[in-house]
Amino acid sequence: MIAYLVKRLVQGIAVMLVISALGFAIQSHLGDPLRDLVGQSLGQDAQQQLRQDLGLDDPYWAQYVRFLGRVMQGDLGTSLFFDEPALQVILKKLPATLELVFAATVIIVLLSVPLGVYTAIRPHAILSRVIMGLSVLGISTPVFLTAILMISVFSVGYGWLPAFGRGDAVPVWGYWETNFASLDGLSHILLPSVALAAIMLPMFIRLIRAEMLEVLQSDYVKYARAKGLHPLRIYYVHALKNTLMPVITLGGVQIGTMVAYTILTETVFQWPGMGFMFLEAVNRADTPLIVAYLIVVGLIFVLTNTLVDLIYALVNPTVKLARMGA
Amino acid sequence: MSLLSVRDLTVKFAMRSQTVTALHQISFDLARGERLGIVGESGAGKSITGFALMKLLSAPGYIDSGTIQFDGTDITQAPEAQMRQIRGNRIAMVFQDPMVTLNPVLTIGQQMVETLRAHRKLSRRDAQEIALTKLREVQIAAPELRLKQYPHELSGGMRQRIIIAMALLLDPDLIIADEPTTALDVTIQADIMELLLKLCQANKVGLILITHDLGVVSQLTERTLVMYAGRIVEAGKTREIINDPQHPYTQGLINALPQQTLPGQMLKQIPGAMPVLTDIPPGCPFSPRCAFALAECRRLLPQIMQQGSSEVACHEVNRLHSDLLLEEGR
Repeated sequence: MIAYLVKRLVQGIAVMLVISALGFAIQSHLGDPLRDLVGQSLGQDAQQQLRQDLGLDDPYWAQYVRFLGRVMQGDLGTSLFFDEPALQVILKKLPATLELVFAATVIIVLLSVPLGVYTAIRPHAILSRVIMGLSVLGISTPVFLTAILMISVFSVGYGWLPAFGRGDAVPVWGYWETNFASLDGLSHILLPSVALAAIMLPMFIRLIRAEMLEVLQSDYVKYARAKGLHPLRIYYVHALKNTLMPVITLGGVQIGTMVAYTILTETVFQWPGMGFMFLEAVNRADTPLIVAYLIVVGLIFVLTNTLVDLIYALVNPTVKLARMGA
Repeated sequence: MSLLSVRDLTVKFAMRSQTVTALHQISFDLARGERLGIVGESGAGKSITGFALMKLLSAPGYIDSGTIQFDGTDITQAPEAQMRQIRGNRIAMVFQDPMVTLNPVLTIGQQMVETLRAHRKLSRRDAQEIALTKLREVQIAAPELRLKQYPHELSGGMRQRIIIAMALLLDPDLIIADEPTTALDVTIQADIMELLLKLCQANKVGLILITHDLGVVSQLTERTLVMYAGRIVEAGKTREIINDPQHPYTQGLINALPQQTLPGQMLKQIPGAMPVLTDIPPGCPFSPRCAFALAECRRLLPQIMQQGSSEVACHEVNRLHSDLLLEEGR
C-alpha cells in the first residue's frame, strides 16, 4: 500500500514537472516581461542593466529552476490584472468551479447508472432506442449550444431559472461559499450543472450499456440465473458491480476533464469560477494567472486520478495495492 | 414414476435469415437418483439439452415443441417465477469452466449465502453454517477461510469443488454437470469426478453428465445417450453401450479413446467433422462420415428403434438385426 502510494507520488511529481515546464515556457515566450514593466521609455543600457538584475539574461534552465523554486513555495507569480498573488485569485474562484463539477457529477451518476442498465437489459424497448438516440444527439451537441438553448427556454422563455451568476451563495469557510445551502443558490447552479453534465452523460450511458451488455453474456451471469436468483439481484449485484470497474477508471479521468470543460459552461452562465477567470485572463494577457491556472488544474488532474485508482483498488478484489507497488 | 421425462423436445434458433433446429425431438427419462451421461462431439446439442432443461436457453434459442416433465411440472410451460424456484433449488448446474463461473467481485461466502437465501428463509448466519457443512462435504481445506475469499484467490480444482458444494446447497433432486472437468488439470479431473459420483450416491441426487469423454461416462453413469447433430443416435445402459456399441458413431467414439490405441500409434479418429446446424446433410446426418453408409442412408433419416437392450437410429444396424431375426426364424 505504502509502496503504491510512493509510486503514485513519484508519477504525480513527474507529471507536475512537465506541466510546470510547459507553464514556464508560456510565461517566458509570451511577450517581454521587461516591456510589461517599464514600457519603451527606458534607455538601452538601463534596460540591459535591469535585465541582468531580474535574472532574465540567465540561461533558460537556471530561470526554470528559479521558477520551480518559487512554485514549490506556493508562489505562482502575481496576477497582472488583480495585482494579487495568482494562487490566491485562483483559490477564491476554485470553490465555485468545484461545486459546479460536483453538482454535474451527481447528476451524471444518478442518471447514467439506471439509464445505462435499463438500455442494456431492455435493448429493444422503445424507451431504450429513444435514450440511445438522444445520447448521440447529446454527444454531438457542443456545450455552449446546450447552455444557450437552456437559457433561452428556461430563463428567457419560461423565466423559471436564473440565467447567470451564483446568486445567493452562503459563506462556509475561508473563500468557500456554497450554492447548496439556499434555494436561490440551488436554482442558480441547476442550469450550469445540467449543461456541464450534458456533455459527459451520454458517453457514460453508452459506456455503462456497452460494458453491461458484455457482462450479461458472461458465464457468471448465466450461472447466477442457474442458481435461481432474482433478476434484480443478477442485474444490480452480479452484473453492475463488474460493469462499474472500467467505468470508474474512465470516470476519474472524465471528472478531471470536466474541470477543463467548465471554461465554456462558466463563460456562458457567467459563473464566477476559475474557468471563467481563465478566459478573462487570456483576454487580458494576464500570463502569471494563465500559468497558475494550468498548474492548479494539472494538480487537480493528478489528484483525482490517484484517488480514482485507490477507489478502483478498493472496489476490485483482484487488485492488490501491495502488488501494484512492486 | 421417473423424476424427469423429456418427450419430443425440439429446440430452434431463430437466426436473422433462417431458423435452424438444434435439437430434433429428443426423448429420454431419468429415474430419481439415476445418473445419465450425454455424450457427443462439440455441436451435438449436449449443452443445449442441459440449458433447455433449465429453461435457460439464451436468445435466439428457444424451445419449439415437446414437453419436459420434471416431478409433475411441465418445464416448457412453467412461468419464469416458478422456474426460479426450480433452478438452483430442485435442479442445480455445474458449469464447464470454474475459472469463469464464479462472480469475480463477490466472495465465495456471498455467492453461497445468496443462493440459499434465494430459496429459503434463512438468517445470514444459518446460511453460512449450511455453506460450511457443504464445503466440508467436498473436502475443502479451511472452509471458514474460503467463505471470505474471492474466486481469484483459489485454484481451478478448488473452485470446481466449491461449485459442486454450491450445487448441493439446497439438496436438489438433479444436478446437470456440463463438462465439469474439461477445464481442469488431468490430475484433478479424476478427483472431481470421483467426488461428484460419491456425493450423488450419498445424497441420492440424480445426475446428468454432459461430456465428450466416454471414459468418464463409463465410470460415473448408469445410462448413456449418444448425440449427433441434435439427435439421439444411441441410448441405453452405459455398460452395454461401452461394451457393445451399435451405432457406427458410438463405435467411432469408443475407438477414438486413447485406451484403444497402442503407444506410438495414431489415435483412431472419426474422419470428417460434425456438420454445422445450417448445413445438415439429407438422410442420416452421420452418413458422410460413416464407413457403412448405403444409398438409403443418404436419402432416408433413420428412426430410433429398440435393438436388443439399446435404442439405435441406424439403417445398417436395423438391417443387421432383421437379418439376424430372419436367420433365427429359419
